[in-house]
Amino acid sequence: MMLTLDTVSKSFGALTVTDGVSLSVPKGEALGIIGPNGAGKSTLFNLITGNLMVSAGRIELMGRDVTRMPAMKRVRMGVGRSFQIPQPFEGLTVFENLLTAARFGGAASHDRAVHDCAEILRRTGMLARANQLAGDLSLLDRKRLELARALATGPELLLLDEIAGGLTEGECRTLVDTIREIHAAGTTIIWIEHVLHALTSVVERLAVLDFGRLIGVGAPDEIMASREVREIYLGIEV
Amino acid sequence: MIWLDTIVQGILLGGLYALFATGLSLVFGIMRLVNLAHGDMIVLAAYLILVLVMTLGLSPWIAVLIAAPVMFALGWLLQRVVLNRVLGPDILPPLLVTFGLSIAIQNALLEGFSADSRRIPNPELEGASMALGPINVGVMPMLTFASAIVVIVILNRVIYATPLGRSFRATSDDPVTAGLMGVEPMKVFAVATGLAMVVVTIAALYLGTRANFDPAIGPARLIYAFQAVIIGGLGSLWGTLAGGIIIGVAQTLGAAVNPEWQILSGHIAFLVVLLIRPRGLFPRAYD
Repeated sequence: MMLTLDTVSKSFGALTVTDGVSLSVPKGEALGIIGPNGAGKSTLFNLITGNLMVSAGRIELMGRDVTRMPAMKRVRMGVGRSFQIPQPFEGLTVFENLLTAARFGGAASHDRAVHDCAEILRRTGMLARANQLAGDLSLLDRKRLELARALATGPELLLLDEIAGGLTEGECRTLVDTIREIHAAGTTIIWIEHVLHALTSVVERLAVLDFGRLIGVGAPDEIMASREVREIYLGIEV
Repeated sequence: MIWLDTIVQGILLGGLYALFATGLSLVFGIMRLVNLAHGDMIVLAAYLILVLVMTLGLSPWIAVLIAAPVMFALGWLLQRVVLNRVLGPDILPPLLVTFGLSIAIQNALLEGFSADSRRIPNPELEGASMALGPINVGVMPMLTFASAIVVIVILNRVIYATPLGRSFRATSDDPVTAGLMGVEPMKVFAVATGLAMVVVTIAALYLGTRANFDPAIGPARLIYAFQAVIIGGLGSLWGTLAGGIIIGVAQTLGAAVNPEWQILSGHIAFLVVLLIRPRGLFPRAYD
């Protein structure tokens, strides 16, 4: 199993944002996470990456208990993530952003990191921007950089947080193709997304969060046909 | 010719101020930490070199090679054990801690070495001078200025062309995201403070061989360092050199008019630059 969440909860004072979530993700799977704004999707990612520590519950990564492990060690175990709001190192060039992730997160040698980062830039369509300062990039390029930088850490588990949001249809298609390629190469993917057609064209299972609770997991068709999901997530009275 | 000589002396003095300031600038640039004990760390390093010279009979140039790694270790430990615990969104705790550290260092030095002023003996080069066109300049001021340039070139090389430097810049940009890319900000901060202490040791060598020092002079060195950093633009190392030169030239010009105006002239130059360019001459983006 790549990832196991066992009744994971997170509270900020009296506010519980993740409420007893249990979920297993086998190696090589692509899992989509949907839910309304404020459902606790990004918080769940923060708990998986170690950016936030759980209030209760247990997290296992590749069979190892990582519940109290700091974020930088989880990266080195193979957890890569992109952010909903792109957070590039603005004072570094695009290539330097990737090199930093590859050297420190992926623990690659210099030559290996340079080679791998160049390849990732090519795959993500960012090669022409390699020497541009990340702070000068457009939104689309920042999103691409988010994906590229997460890949540079050499992830076995890739967490994508609303990476398709704000993209045009054509840009979204290109992105989906790239994510499919990454998945086909064996990387386990957990993808939070509101652009459902993009998400369902890649993932094998969908999980639905609402008020921090996991209310359903299953095949995308099943989940999208579920009355509860349609009411809660899509706001459709059925 | 007197004015030319005065200006050249001021520029060379600026090299010393730049050395005072570079460590401060490095630490601020990476972790937004204002180390109020920076001047006292320079004085501490000067005493360390003095002890090595007096007890082991070493040349100060050899002593600095021993003192530098010791100061690196001290800076690393200081950051790991003390300063990392107080870094955060509130800037007050690190200010208070480094202020306390400043007082502790001054008192420890006072206890260990008394209030007598001391000087690191450097008989070979103490009075040496060389002709530079129509004027004569001291060898030590020239070496100080050259050292400042070498230090800045090396630090810029480290910051912009090595994985360590990329981790510095990534952490400076966003320590949380850097952590999620495998960088350990607390370790990065410790290495940065260690490096700053190496620069402090070089500054201490020139401070201690060119002038007398005692346990209480740290805060005044801190002020010159602050002024050089702020004039140059926070975080910009070449800007720090420019800031040091501006203060140095202002001080020597002021002293040429009236010896009592030396320090005041430096402060006035600082205020004038602040009025014209509040963000400094070379804000970080241009470095």
